[in-house]
Amino acid sequence: MKQSSLFDIISPIMVGPSSSHTAGAVRLGLLSRNIYGLTPKKITFKLYNSYALTGRGHGTDKGLLAGVLGIPVDDTRIKNIFDLHEANEVNYQFEFLEDFNRHPNSVDFIFEGTQKMTVSGDSVGAGNVRITNINNFPVDLTGEYNSLVLIYKDRLGILSKVSGIIQTEGVNIAAMNCERIAKGEDASMCMSLDCALNYSIIEKIKRIDDIYLVRHVGKLES
Amino acid sequence: MKKNISTFNELLSTCGQQNKRTYELFQEKEAFLLDIEIEKVRSKVKKSLDAMKEAIHIGLSSNEKSISKQCGDDCEKLQKRYKANEPLFGKLFKKITAYALATIEENLRMGKIVACPTAGSCAIVPSVLVAISEELNISEDEQINALITAGAIGSIVQNKVALAGAIAGCQAECGVAAAMSAGALVQILGGSEKQMVHAVALALKNILGLTCDPVAGLVEIPCVKRNVFLAIHSVTAAELALADIESKIPTDEVVDALCQTGQLMSPMLKESSQAGLAKTKTALKIEQRVLNNI
Repeated sequence: MKQSSLFDIISPIMVGPSSSHTAGAVRLGLLSRNIYGLTPKKITFKLYNSYALTGRGHGTDKGLLAGVLGIPVDDTRIKNIFDLHEANEVNYQFEFLEDFNRHPNSVDFIFEGTQKMTVSGDSVGAGNVRITNINNFPVDLTGEYNSLVLIYKDRLGILSKVSGIIQTEGVNIAAMNCERIAKGEDASMCMSLDCALNYSIIEKIKRIDDIYLVRHVGKLES
Repeated sequence: MKKNISTFNELLSTCGQQNKRTYELFQEKEAFLLDIEIEKVRSKVKKSLDAMKEAIHIGLSSNEKSISKQCGDDCEKLQKRYKANEPLFGKLFKKITAYALATIEENLRMGKIVACPTAGSCAIVPSVLVAISEELNISEDEQINALITAGAIGSIVQNKVALAGAIAGCQAECGVAAAMSAGALVQILGGSEKQMVHAVALALKNILGLTCDPVAGLVEIPCVKRNVFLAIHSVTAAELALADIESKIPTDEVVDALCQTGQLMSPMLKESSQAGLAKTKTALKIEQRVLNNI
């Protein structure tokens, strides 16, 4: 069984009022921003179920936007984020929806700008979050570790090439999960790493044939 | 590899074998888990402690309302009363109740608080810990020991049940916070590990079945006042335990009962606002007003 940390219980230091609806929203925003890789020109937030129903009262909308702008969970500017200069640089909008196939606290981030990307995630309780989809590929990212996310064509040897490159740099892989549409079709992989990868390794991985998307997603600091 | 302590029974036997306190075992375990020095663990805990004190400080002098405009000025009201009337239970009661309101109201106005274990239950541990430490001149080191003890209690309970109203009702949020606070208080007052573990059982036993039925789905009604009530509840548990009054049901079995009660609790009473207080006639009116205003 995975050991729980004291700091799951006596933190985070965060702006209120809700671990799942406020801190969780910021953390989902921060992770999506790390996946997208930059501040978007335009973003649409689709909030589902409890996020849609009680989100405004909990500042979920403010939290999601804060995260996408790179503002951390304990930043008191979140309360007035809609008045913030940084927020006015981005064209953002919110949609409030119901879909009972989705988790009660669920959100889609639809990024537009130099590239389009859709990231989906759930706030699973006590401020913990999970990114579940990138561009409709199932992934499993919690922000607990530095992670490497790949979308690639399923074929012999891709995983060993990637893990080989990581190994030569002396970085340990803590956990890994892969999904694929079907044999030989598109696939996705998330690797949790014990430390951050530097730029040159990521560039090396990008040069492997049949890998379409490589993202190094830094772990969440709080 | 440090041994994982996943039950209160294991905690007591490990404390006995190694002649250590709960906070010592857990700061060692945390240092190992995060691969950092024990001092670094303690300085992280101090950061949480300092943030708790800051929230109390700011909350005491604010009456700003929440986004929904339903709550936010109770701390001011209570302090006004205390200026005119000494509270029946004395100065400590006065501080705990005021600090609890100060913290939970900071939370609902999107101020900075420490989730402990959650944001909706963020006022219970800090109000008791800070009030007692001020009144009894408790050193910062001892406050940190107590907060680590509180964290240890929460983390052992979390091994069996997620600390979320949506999973097990408010018993797993404010209830567990009260158990953490009771144990931390026993630690501060020089009680034994055994007394600490019984304080946890006593606090939990007396909130079993507590549902999560917030009006309009917000962390406001009944969460604000519930934090104050359960802060005082935790003091009762600690006082009884310090008198060597034991829970006839062992703490781990009480946690099992909490877990089972959470599973049997209707989903309508677990943070979904579909029943209970949330669906009373007045709650429905409030909900309508809130949805129209924000």
